[in-house]
Amino acid sequence: MGASAGHVAEQADVERRRGGFSSRRVFILAAIGSAVGLGNIWRFPYVAYENGGGAFVLPYLVALLTAGIPFLLLDYAIGHRHRGSAPLSFARLRRGTEGLGWWQVGICFVIAIYYAAVLAWALRYTVFSVDRAWGSDPEGFFFGEFLQAGDVRVTADVVPGVLVPLALVWLLVLVIMALGVQRGIGATSLVFIPVLVLAFAALVVQALLLPGAGAGLDALFTPDWSALTEPSVWAAAFGQIFFSLSVGFGIMITYASYVRRREDMIGSGLVVGFSNSSFELLAGIGVFAALGFMAQANGVAVGEVASDGIGLAFIAFPAIINEAPAGAVLGVLFFGSLVIAGLTSLVSVIEVVISAVRDKLDTGRLTATLGVVVPVAVLSLVLFSTTSGIYVLDVVDHFVNQYGILVVALVSMLVVAWGLRALVGLGEHLNVHGRPRVGTGWRVLTSVVAPAGLAIVLVLGLRDDLAAPYEGYPTWLLLVFGWLMVAALPLVGFLLARLPWRAGTHLDGPPPGSDPAAPLHATATTDPSPGDHRETGHDEEGHR
Amino acid sequence: MSTAAIVMMVVAMVVIWGGLGLAVASLLRHGAVEDRAENLHPER
Repeated sequence: MGASAGHVAEQADVERRRGGFSSRRVFILAAIGSAVGLGNIWRFPYVAYENGGGAFVLPYLVALLTAGIPFLLLDYAIGHRHRGSAPLSFARLRRGTEGLGWWQVGICFVIAIYYAAVLAWALRYTVFSVDRAWGSDPEGFFFGEFLQAGDVRVTADVVPGVLVPLALVWLLVLVIMALGVQRGIGATSLVFIPVLVLAFAALVVQALLLPGAGAGLDALFTPDWSALTEPSVWAAAFGQIFFSLSVGFGIMITYASYVRRREDMIGSGLVVGFSNSSFELLAGIGVFAALGFMAQANGVAVGEVASDGIGLAFIAFPAIINEAPAGAVLGVLFFGSLVIAGLTSLVSVIEVVISAVRDKLDTGRLTATLGVVVPVAVLSLVLFSTTSGIYVLDVVDHFVNQYGILVVALVSMLVVAWGLRALVGLGEHLNVHGRPRVGTGWRVLTSVVAPAGLAIVLVLGLRDDLAAPYEGYPTWLLLVFGWLMVAALPLVGFLLARLPWRAGTHLDGPPPGSDPAAPLHATATTDPSPGDHRETGHDEEGHR
Repeated sequence: MSTAAIVMMVVAMVVIWGGLGLAVASLLRHGAVEDRAENLHPER
């Protein structure tokens, strides 16, 4: 790299202050925790069912291998090579692209605001499951007694039943984030991901033992091969893989920057990608086995009870819990899984913002955590603990996913691949310690196939939104919390990019000492391997 | 369950969970080689 020993040591000190994951295992679990979220449980099963059932496996695998994992590796390469948050990594890639990183930070800021609300609902429903508090009308209970949702308008009427659990969620997030990358995010993932897998596996076993489970699985896996000729089915597969893997909006760049430099990021990416899909498959089996039971209990077809998202979690599942033997156990396992999956994803989203603030302003961990989490929590409480919360949430969620994440991911990918022509260097970085090696195939997938897949998903979604107002919501609501919000994010992003970096920040290229090919003896005393922090007495609050 | 559904469920399990198993095995094997390589080159 040609950097002096002084610069290398200085950079190592910067990285010790940033913190990092203590081992590959912790990083992988944290990345899995980020990828496995609510969408794995409540989105994948219905998307698969709606798009060819068993035949959906084919486009899904194609999307995973040709777009999902290649894009994941691109994010890893950017973050791991440039050792910074999304804005810093992009600034080091090329100064003028820093705004892309801040655009991604803005998206994470917005997602965190509403994502926590769903966690709060799931937390409350975990408790409700014990005595089936929703009674015989789960839908009426959810919209009426629980959310107290009225007409579609923005109100300041607070719903205490949402406010309290939402405040608890934010308090928990504050503690986790304040503890830092390893002791907070890492330790949370180390404990919660195995618990999540065990809890959901127990749920699946219980669901499979219910009468009618076979009919549910039959509905999910019976292949409709004619679906493979429909472009919308392939777009659904690419969309599911893309939204599920947490790629393209800064999370994986940030997490990869916390990984020691001698690490197999390719192998880690394959494990994370397949783990995410493995959990989705498990979720599909559990959810449709339960839906099969419900369909049989009501004497209807599975298609009549199948749903996704909020409808599946807070309306269909309570109905299943009402009728299932040991329904309380099923409910606690289901909603508890939602809470855990959502929590590990939420902390990853928040970390993107905290990491960017720390890099830009050189603040301590606690200061940055308070500076980020408190405003986000206040906004979250103001917007989503009111009687209008669900409508705003639905609109923000749709638009930030469809036109926030999708667009920034597409633009970033095209800029990196075609504008900066950085794929060769990034691939070489991955190959130093990564196996199997990436080469021309990866570059073609990342620069052509994955962007094309995302573009198709984007265009099909845009066509639907232009044809009719999303979910029939009033125009003003879609305009304020939808179109204007997503349009503001890149503008804010490129404005933030104009703020100066803290003095001494290395920009323009990977920082000194970040070359994974450097001889071990040359950097043994300065390699900022996060695992060394405790041994050397440094921690993330180690100020200058 | 129909035969077609069972076959597709098994295929999905084998491919996705099997893929995970292969990925983990590959990472562990390669990681071990890398670790040994680092140990073979102590600081000079």
